[in-house]
Amino acid sequence: MTVRMSLLGLSGGLMLAALGMTFLYAPTDAVLGISQRIFYVHVPLALVGFLAFAVVAVCSIGYLWKGSERMDNVAYAAAEIGVLFTSLMLITGMLWAKPAWGVWWSLSPQLTTSLILWFLYVAYLMLRAYAPPGETAARYAAVLGIIGFIDVPIVYMAARWWRDLHPNKVLGPLAEESALEPSMQITFLVSILAFTALFAWLLAERTELRRQETQLERMRYTYGQA
Amino acid sequence: MDERRAHPGASWWSAVLAVLWKDLLLESRTREIVTPIVVFSLLVIVIFSFVLDPNPRMVEAVAPGALWVAFTFAGMLGLNRTFALEKERGGMEGLLLSPVGRDALYAGKMLGAFLFMLLVEAIMLPAFSVVFNLPLLEPGLWLTIGLATFGFATVGAAFSAMAVNTRAREILLPVLFFPVAAPVIIAAAEATRAIYAGDAFADYGNWIGLIAAFDVIFAVVAAATFEFIVSE
Repeated sequence: MTVRMSLLGLSGGLMLAALGMTFLYAPTDAVLGISQRIFYVHVPLALVGFLAFAVVAVCSIGYLWKGSERMDNVAYAAAEIGVLFTSLMLITGMLWAKPAWGVWWSLSPQLTTSLILWFLYVAYLMLRAYAPPGETAARYAAVLGIIGFIDVPIVYMAARWWRDLHPNKVLGPLAEESALEPSMQITFLVSILAFTALFAWLLAERTELRRQETQLERMRYTYGQA
Repeated sequence: MDERRAHPGASWWSAVLAVLWKDLLLESRTREIVTPIVVFSLLVIVIFSFVLDPNPRMVEAVAPGALWVAFTFAGMLGLNRTFALEKERGGMEGLLLSPVGRDALYAGKMLGAFLFMLLVEAIMLPAFSVVFNLPLLEPGLWLTIGLATFGFATVGAAFSAMAVNTRAREILLPVLFFPVAAPVIIAAAEATRAIYAGDAFADYGNWIGLIAAFDVIFAVVAAATFEFIVSE
């Protein structure tokens, strides 16, 4: 309980700091203008969304290895939060793309990869919903969690060769020298910390909720539908 | 299992071939997979010829995409059937009780799905080439199709074994399969585009390499995780 409360406090405080810095401290971008400020929300969402899917993969391996239900609960929670963050990332990305590029959507490697990533983990949640309940769903999901995560770099390679036109490789494995000003960098960093703390808090809450759901499900099964 | 350890190589392959042979024999008697899918895929090609006016400029722009849409749809139908018979008549229990390693079981089922898809594609490709007036005798294209189809079979067979036990199974399989197979579909369509444009192998070799890498990675990963899919 105390861990989750302190995570809530930490993410709340950091989020307020990040918001304040985004709008009051960070300078307005010379080229992109005010719309660039969505960067401090959009990119941390992308990075933490990816972190969430990495957690799914690690916990999936852990689950298949040890068979511990706790691992499975964490994987499920991380997948849900990852889909949420990735959805928000896609929406904020489109909002930013319209003023910055003049279009809502383009087939740049990052966008293609993010979209396929989103579909992968929506499929993951669907598999869990439609599979026979209990241990079978957990095993199926763990296999998909591993296959999906291994697939991500391959998708990225394919998408990069396919449409190698993305104008700014500011982030990602192929990033060029960072072009951010120091004050922008600090804001960005605080923002990343804030979203990571938010993820940690949501993960702790959702895992606990999932544990209780599973327990309730088991009691229903044992004692019959009252 | 002990016998398998004593002669790992020979016994493993004979188990794989036994599972594969069972599927081929079953298909040769029931004709539940290849025949209906061939007819369906010919219909897909005919529909493409209706909706896409086959003039040379249009063909150059859309034919590679149309070919791979047709192949993936046909492949999806085949993959949906991979474990359908095992489910319907309790065949899965029999397979699991047989003294065959789970990885050999996977390899046999996967090779079966691969051969059925390849057979359907071998009939679709000439029809497609006739309708859209495209070259057929292209070894590069055959290599692309072979490797990409193998890639479809690696993840497809694993997902098929899962989807067959879920509700909404026919819909769930493509939802699972398409995002994972996306790099293969992109790479195969791009390689096909280069081949139809008459490019040299060096211009599309990286796509072939990407598909081959996908094949190797997912053949290993799927074989290693298959025991978690079928364990009861």
